[in-house]
Amino acid sequence: MAGATRTDAARQAGRRRKWKNLAWVVVFLAPSAIPLLVFKMTPMIASAWVSLHEWNMISPMEWVGLGNFADLLTSPNTGEVFLHTLAYIAGYLPLVYAGGLAIAVALNQKLKARGFLRAAYFVPVVTSWVAVALVWQWLLNPTNGLVNHLLGMVGLPEPGWWTDPNWAIPSVILASAWKDLGFVMVILLAGLQAIPQEIQEAATVDGAGRWRRFWSVTFPLLSPSTFFVVVISLINGFQVFDQVYVMTGGGPSGASQVAVGRIYDLAFRYGEAGAASALSWILFAIIMAVTAVQMYGQRKWVNYA
Amino acid sequence: MPDTTKPALAFGRALFWVAVALGAALMLFPFLWTVITSITPQGNLSGGPSLIVKDPTLDAYRELFDSIPVWRIVLNSFGVAVVSTLLQLATGSMAAYAFSRLAFRGKQFVFGCYLATLMIPLQVLVAPLFMMLTRMHLNDTYFALLAPNIASAFGIFLLKQAVDGVPIQLDEAARIDGAGHLRIWARVVMPLVKPAMAALTVFAFMESWNSFLWPLVVIRSPELMTLPLGLSYLQGQFTTDWSVVMAGSVVSILPIVVVYLFAQKHIIAGMAHTGLK
Repeated sequence: MAGATRTDAARQAGRRRKWKNLAWVVVFLAPSAIPLLVFKMTPMIASAWVSLHEWNMISPMEWVGLGNFADLLTSPNTGEVFLHTLAYIAGYLPLVYAGGLAIAVALNQKLKARGFLRAAYFVPVVTSWVAVALVWQWLLNPTNGLVNHLLGMVGLPEPGWWTDPNWAIPSVILASAWKDLGFVMVILLAGLQAIPQEIQEAATVDGAGRWRRFWSVTFPLLSPSTFFVVVISLINGFQVFDQVYVMTGGGPSGASQVAVGRIYDLAFRYGEAGAASALSWILFAIIMAVTAVQMYGQRKWVNYA
Repeated sequence: MPDTTKPALAFGRALFWVAVALGAALMLFPFLWTVITSITPQGNLSGGPSLIVKDPTLDAYRELFDSIPVWRIVLNSFGVAVVSTLLQLATGSMAAYAFSRLAFRGKQFVFGCYLATLMIPLQVLVAPLFMMLTRMHLNDTYFALLAPNIASAFGIFLLKQAVDGVPIQLDEAARIDGAGHLRIWARVVMPLVKPAMAALTVFAFMESWNSFLWPLVVIRSPELMTLPLGLSYLQGQFTTDWSVVMAGSVVSILPIVVVYLFAQKHIIAGMAHTGLK
């Protein structure tokens, strides 16, 4: 056992190290924490305050406590918009991930015109939703659109797409997945680039074929990027709005109305900023819970170096 | 390297090429249509797009440059996008280093708070943020355009995932050589996450370049207008002549494609710098 003086000295050194470490944390975090606190957290807290009031953004706020939440939770409309949002996510996420992964792997090989192809797959990401919506409305046009023309040629049924309540959400899913494919591709490409070539070569030497190499080496080592894509896509999926707004406008007869669409309508169409804020906090709570579950679950399947 | 000596593989290879090329065509189609509409007289495309334009004309581009101060608008968008991208790369890479490499109490909670800023729809934050900046007398300034994009939790998360993938042994080796946190961050970790930094460059630039709602709320002066505002102005002015709107779209898309092509080189170059060679 060490003497009393040595323990004191060790404790003091330990304390000094702790303060020094904390100082480094502040140095590295302050540049991002301060702007996020001022320009994101503060308005968020303000919106929580608004959610407890009735407010049309012009006349003074009127305190209603949890009244907005009570109204929303008892309205059948709320369940409906969340159901549509979930249906959108259930179709969008697998489509965009599988598609983005396939393209990332394909365009990570040594190919002629690789740069051009990568740029081509990225162009939809930067094209405005207005232009994209116009083209997709033409492609999916039930009467003279290209997609139904092709489906008819091979004798398949020709859906009414955005004019049919059952097909409105699938129409939005198709267009969104198509537009976001390049986004997922870029993130997965960055992940693929970070996988050391040596590991792939070692697996090849050990006699692993293409598929084996992909499933046993590439895919597990890509899990941090996969995790990122899944978390971000879910957050974005819950907040889907622009594409619905320009493609279907929430119709036909509310069949594709999603959560943020309802928030938008409440705030900017009906002038109910309080109810809009309350609904956005319900949405926030759901996204938060889903993200927390993923953060907790990642230790089971995400491999870091 | 692919072995194309066997016929089955050659066939697979051809099929792969056809699929990739068809996909690329499908991806480029709306942009192509935008370009075609912009050079069609009066933007008249009744009956869907066709690849051959009768009497192509650059009138729409002339009209575009006559009706809005395009250069000023492009310069505004470019300046704000570049500054916010640089800031996000700096603040993001520092925060990513802290979350990945420094141990401190409440780290998970702080990281959760960062992520929380992504989870509330922008539409709800716009009104309170606008009121805040009004009180600070900062509305209708370049700073107001920049404010929500100085740091982004999206970028911090993206970079943290990348830093987590860098072997800790590399830091430890540098520490034994006497390097402190700042040196390790700048000289060891950052060079190794170049692909992720390049990806963030593209997304941060795009986010700022395309953002519409916030500039719409916060900007009054025409000389501070950004591209999406200019485009929406065109959409209001040229409801019957789509070619001008589409010409504006072409002008607004090209710079991002250039940024992408530039960053793409670095995504690839990042590989050559990997310390594991």
